Amino acid sequence: MALLEINNLKVDFQTQDGVVHAVKDLSYTVEKGKTLAIVGESGSGKTQGAFAILGLLPRNGKASGSVKFDGKEILNLPSSQINAYRAERIGIIFQDPMTSLNPYLRISRQMTEVLEHHKGMSRSEALAESIRFLDAVRIPDAKNRVHMYPHEFSGGMRQRVMIAMSLLCQPELLIADEPTTALDVTVQAGIIDLLVDLQEDFGTSIILITHDLGIVAGTCEDTLVMFDGRVMEYRKTLDIFENPQHPYTQGLLAAVPRLDKKVDRLSTVSYDFMASKGVA
Amino acid sequence: MTDKNPILQVRDITVDFSIPTKTGGLFGGHQVLRAVKGVSFDLYEGEVLGIVGESGCGKSTLSRAVIKLVQASGGESKWMGKDILKMTPTELTALRKDVQMIFQDPLASLNPRMTVGAIIAEPLTIHYPEVSREERMVRVAELMEKVGLSSTWINRYPHEFSGGQCQRIGIARALITRPKLIICDEAVSALDVSVRAQVINLLMDLQKEFGLSLMFISHDIAVVRHIAQRIMVLYFGEVVEIGDAEQVTMAPEHDYTKRLIASVPVPDPKVEMERREQRRRLRREAAAAAV
Amino acid sequence: MLADSRIEGTAKAQAIVPTKGRSLWTDAVRRFSHNRAAMVSLIVLLAVIAFSLIGPFFAQWSVERIDWGVMGSVAEKGAPSIETGHYFGVDEVGRDLYSRTLQGMQVSLMVGIIGSAIAVLVGTVYGAVAGYFGGRLDSVMMRFVDIIYSIPYMFILILLLIMFGRSFIMLFVGIGLISWLGMARVVRGQTMTIKNREFVEAAVAIGQKPSAIIFKHIVPNLLGVVAVYATLLIPEMILLESFISFLGLGVQEPSTSLGALISQGASTMQYGTIWQLGFPLFFFIVILFTFFFIGDGLRDALDPKDR
Repeated sequence: MALLEINNLKVDFQTQDGVVHAVKDLSYTVEKGKTLAIVGESGSGKTQGAFAILGLLPRNGKASGSVKFDGKEILNLPSSQINAYRAERIGIIFQDPMTSLNPYLRISRQMTEVLEHHKGMSRSEALAESIRFLDAVRIPDAKNRVHMYPHEFSGGMRQRVMIAMSLLCQPELLIADEPTTALDVTVQAGIIDLLVDLQEDFGTSIILITHDLGIVAGTCEDTLVMFDGRVMEYRKTLDIFENPQHPYTQGLLAAVPRLDKKVDRLSTVSYDFMASKGVA
Repeated sequence: MTDKNPILQVRDITVDFSIPTKTGGLFGGHQVLRAVKGVSFDLYEGEVLGIVGESGCGKSTLSRAVIKLVQASGGESKWMGKDILKMTPTELTALRKDVQMIFQDPLASLNPRMTVGAIIAEPLTIHYPEVSREERMVRVAELMEKVGLSSTWINRYPHEFSGGQCQRIGIARALITRPKLIICDEAVSALDVSVRAQVINLLMDLQKEFGLSLMFISHDIAVVRHIAQRIMVLYFGEVVEIGDAEQVTMAPEHDYTKRLIASVPVPDPKVEMERREQRRRLRREAAAAAV
Repeated sequence: MLADSRIEGTAKAQAIVPTKGRSLWTDAVRRFSHNRAAMVSLIVLLAVIAFSLIGPFFAQWSVERIDWGVMGSVAEKGAPSIETGHYFGVDEVGRDLYSRTLQGMQVSLMVGIIGSAIAVLVGTVYGAVAGYFGGRLDSVMMRFVDIIYSIPYMFILILLLIMFGRSFIMLFVGIGLISWLGMARVVRGQTMTIKNREFVEAAVAIGQKPSAIIFKHIVPNLLGVVAVYATLLIPEMILLESFISFLGLGVQEPSTSLGALISQGASTMQYGTIWQLGFPLFFFIVILFTFFFIGDGLRDALDPKDR
């Protein structure tokens, strides 16, 4: 049985200018211990689809369809029930580590709080566990750094702290929403390697949401390409990169300048392009 | 390259920032942070020079210092022989006609209270005030079509446009006085992949058509390699490598450049997995050596 | 480009048919119109202002004429009635309260609006200049504001009024002297935020001069904050003037303001002439409340996310 099964997920938003259909029809599955990349540009609905799983949509957002986690339907559960899943069974890492960490609390406090609340640990037990996880995410000198404030860490280290925090309760599924977009490219590789290593060590399933095809190439077994709230292509990563079937995927791959190939002109993907191929 | 003229000659530019120290005391102590440490380079007519580096390397500060948008603490920046850093305010205003800039955040670089027509026309009103209103409108409309916007949108406001369209508006504004040099400060970094490709193509077309020189600043070396003829790599405020684009990316000499290029992900699964294995091996070796 | 003849240019310009843009102000107006409390307050305020302007045409008694018939027995004969023509009754001297209340409203509104206008003009320019240039100029300008702020205002005002006599001009001078201070501080703070935004940097980069940057780029983006502050300043000015009048230092007789009327009305309360307090107080409260609700509505409509 799949760990996560999404069927015909729809997300709509009520705005001043009418209803916005952010996600029109999303279906995919994630098996235990596997990784899935969801690739799309802004407006594709990739982030909203993930937020809907954990009930993190804003007030004017409405989700419908089916989200089954470990066989149980969890879409639109009231917060008292979905809270049991958050952090303990499904973790999430957000894009900007600076704004997802509380600037007024030390890292130690932010991490022990999670363990005390979810696992009922004592302060000292929680602290020891937190340090263990900071070591696992390769923060140097973890037992001293754990007492620092977020602003004393660099961007890359803050993201590692976020990863550590999300893994504290050892969730079965980790959703990473653009985890490296705000980071430098030399730091990026380290974070991605870390995610892959953790996945192998802890057996966590990972959903990696990104617009960067390069990151996807080396990390995830399956890839799902989204555009305009719909699935364009959903296959094994290796297949998609070697033999992209959908014109959107082909266009996306051709639009990225590569160091190993030189082209005169980048191919572009637009609505007209998609319409001409009959898929807009 | 020897038959082309250097239109910009930068020598030993340094930029210092004064930041308050933590242990300041009642009146606050100040520390000097040297953001740019003695950078020198030439920029030739009609060429695209790429400046690559990660956040904090000083590339944005450098680009602003050489055109005196930010105060430099030392060095000189010669535009057609005259040192920009020593120019009088009148000369500096005249310089702004020939040297323009495109910014990173497409929407934030446009005044939300002005129509896009007024935004694009503003440089004209400053440098060519004798141009009549009608002529201005015609010129703006022509330029809008040229950058891929419909001229019927001339009275719309910035928030009614997408990110890519806003950046096109910024490009039109930068082009209207027919400058010789345009500085693109992370001009495509905030755009989606497909829009980015469109804007890059547009910039390259315009550069060829008008014979512009571009100073293209980015943290994305693949984009820079695509658009630039020469690349300069910055690390912590210093130039670590400068040379032909192909050479710098294919056969880098400096360690940092090598590290930078090695970190750029390639959209090829087999290549990426191999690189990851390699990095893992290096990490284990480093950990073993440290024990 | 400059070779285009003027005629050709005009023809080409007319050939472009631009679509209308949706400015941020339009969005704000739409949001404001959906705010019920604010819209009701706006209508009520406009009605009150119209009343203060048109009402005098229906008055049967002038502001100063004393009705000798009710003098001496104001409590019994001076109550509001349609027959005597004293719609709001009479004051303790026998003058028609309807006319006097209308005049009081005109004076109070004028003081509030003019005082606020002075604050907007002087305060905005002062604050924008201090905020934009920063450095020593800013320090000097703001210390000046701090010094004036710290002087006990009432003291100065009373001195002024005693030295130069009570007059309309003095009242405006006194109110104008302090009304711009708060605005200057707010505008300075906003300017310092706005000046760091990229479009201001872009304006510098295209060669725009500082005065144009301040008035074309910074001030238009401040207007939201200024509008809200100004709207909330008006009731403050009215209250200030009322307080001055309540102390007996405001406008000279026979002119009056709502504050003066309330003062007189309050002092005769125990004689049973409750209408002398009631009518001016009622309009006073209505004006204050409507301005407060409108100010709040403006603040919500000009929400930061659209700045």
